[in-house]
Amino acid sequence: MKILVCISHVPDTTSKINFTDDDTKFDTNGVQFVINPYDEFSLTRAMWFKEKQGASVTVVNVGNPTTEPTLRKALAIGADDAIRVNAEAQDGFFVAKQLAEVVKNGNYDLVLAGRESIDYNGGMVPGMLAAILDYNFVNGCISLDIDGASASASREIDGGYEKVTTELPLVIAGQKGLVEEKDLRIPNMRGIMMARKKPLNVVEPAEVVANTVTASFEKPAPKGAVKLIDADNVDELISLLHTEAKVI
Amino acid sequence: MSVLVFADSSEGKFKKSAFEVVSYGKKVAEQLGSTIVAVTINVADASELYTYGAEKVISVSNDNLLTFNAKGYAAVLTQVAAQENATVVVVDSSVDGLYLAPLLAVNLNAGYASNVVALPSATSPFTVKRKAFSNKAFNNTEINTALKVIGLAKNSYGVHENAVAGSSESFDAQISESDVSVKSVSIEKASGTITIADADIVVSAGRGLKGPENWGMIEELAEVLGAATACSKPVSDLGWRPHAEHVGQTGKPVASNLYIAIGISGAIQHLAGINASKVKVVINTDAEAPFFKAADYGIVGDAFEVVPKLIEKLKAFKQS
Repeated sequence: MKILVCISHVPDTTSKINFTDDDTKFDTNGVQFVINPYDEFSLTRAMWFKEKQGASVTVVNVGNPTTEPTLRKALAIGADDAIRVNAEAQDGFFVAKQLAEVVKNGNYDLVLAGRESIDYNGGMVPGMLAAILDYNFVNGCISLDIDGASASASREIDGGYEKVTTELPLVIAGQKGLVEEKDLRIPNMRGIMMARKKPLNVVEPAEVVANTVTASFEKPAPKGAVKLIDADNVDELISLLHTEAKVI
Repeated sequence: MSVLVFADSSEGKFKKSAFEVVSYGKKVAEQLGSTIVAVTINVADASELYTYGAEKVISVSNDNLLTFNAKGYAAVLTQVAAQENATVVVVDSSVDGLYLAPLLAVNLNAGYASNVVALPSATSPFTVKRKAFSNKAFNNTEINTALKVIGLAKNSYGVHENAVAGSSESFDAQISESDVSVKSVSIEKASGTITIADADIVVSAGRGLKGPENWGMIEELAEVLGAATACSKPVSDLGWRPHAEHVGQTGKPVASNLYIAIGISGAIQHLAGINASKVKVVINTDAEAPFFKAADYGIVGDAFEVVPKLIEKLKAFKQS
């Protein structure tokens, strides 16, 4: 089994979100970048397939050279090799098209990604990739087992989960549950040393026209201060929720 | 020319998001000087949609689509969009909407914006505002393709009545075996409770409750309010509550009208997942808990004293 894990390079959860260039660009000043948390679940599951079922694992990112430390971290966790498509990610469709080229050239039969990235939150790249490749697709995946060409998976639905079966080739958009959070891998020293010697291949992007453009970013209006209500006066809370907030 | 909206249903009944999507699509059609067409799959009587402005409803019945199937549903919408000459397709941003929309967008060569929170601010270039950076910012996105797919964020536009004399027609969708190559085996769902995705009010509790045996009052409060119950990440990690209740960045997103957080400190990952809720109430013993900075109303106090009082007073309020 040849697995490709798609890695987004995203600002750490605790980052301050600011914009520059007239609110058209994300301000990366002082921001720590990490492997997208949703992708970590998929990467760890890929390691399981590597160790238990002899799969090979390649990681891929579409981005400029600044994303390479994030790919090296994925190599340190245990991926065999990495590919960076040398292009600024323009929109979800653009990224999906670039990834589709990588999948076709490498004949991967299982593509693991995260449900969404925590920066753009589009949640569209895995589905678009599956549609472009005509691969099967499971979104919001919380368990995955592969036996030969058969896959059984679960996905989260409102109020529960659904079990599905399908076949390889397959694209999975994973989230917590695919592996448990306590089982997520952290690179150790040996992994980090080995990662330096693993191949990180840079490929030039395919020509793709993005479908969407970010015209501008904006931040939510600043929130007013919290109204504190005395613990002995829950009547006031009920009255505020009824007459002021109008939610009960 | 038309604005096509997908009115999602479950077991033959419309989801609440269906009415919001129709309300929104009606307004977008007005902006574009176009007409609205709603699509339903395996719903016997779709006339409910007329109340929200759907002048034309296309009903699809198909035995291969008795439960949700992303690729199959996307195939239906692709075929109807072609017949109706759609320029905009609106779906919701539920787990199902987010699953099918990217497939649909590729089928239609359409640009797609998910988690859209408002009506288009301009129609040329077609510009919509959507959530980004885990609710810490918005992204004004221009969609430059002839056909556009919009995923409307839950509870962002609201349900608006706009009764019309609608008409309904059936459509014979062509679904091949390859369209349903991901097959549903079973669906496990808690019955009789309100799901977090559907709830107007969510009552959520954290480690401040000290143990799973103390959730009785949280469930009672939720029952009085007609709310769904939820919990913080540590609580689901400890196994006090099922994973399905975990809300926050790596759990379920919440976009309810009212979110009540009890004994939850408000870690940034938790807030990222619930920030889209309109009104937030926090009850916590620690006045320094970060949640107080994110909340609209707060009570500094012991949940074990405040919550029972709140239940009692709410019962009285509901009766009056």
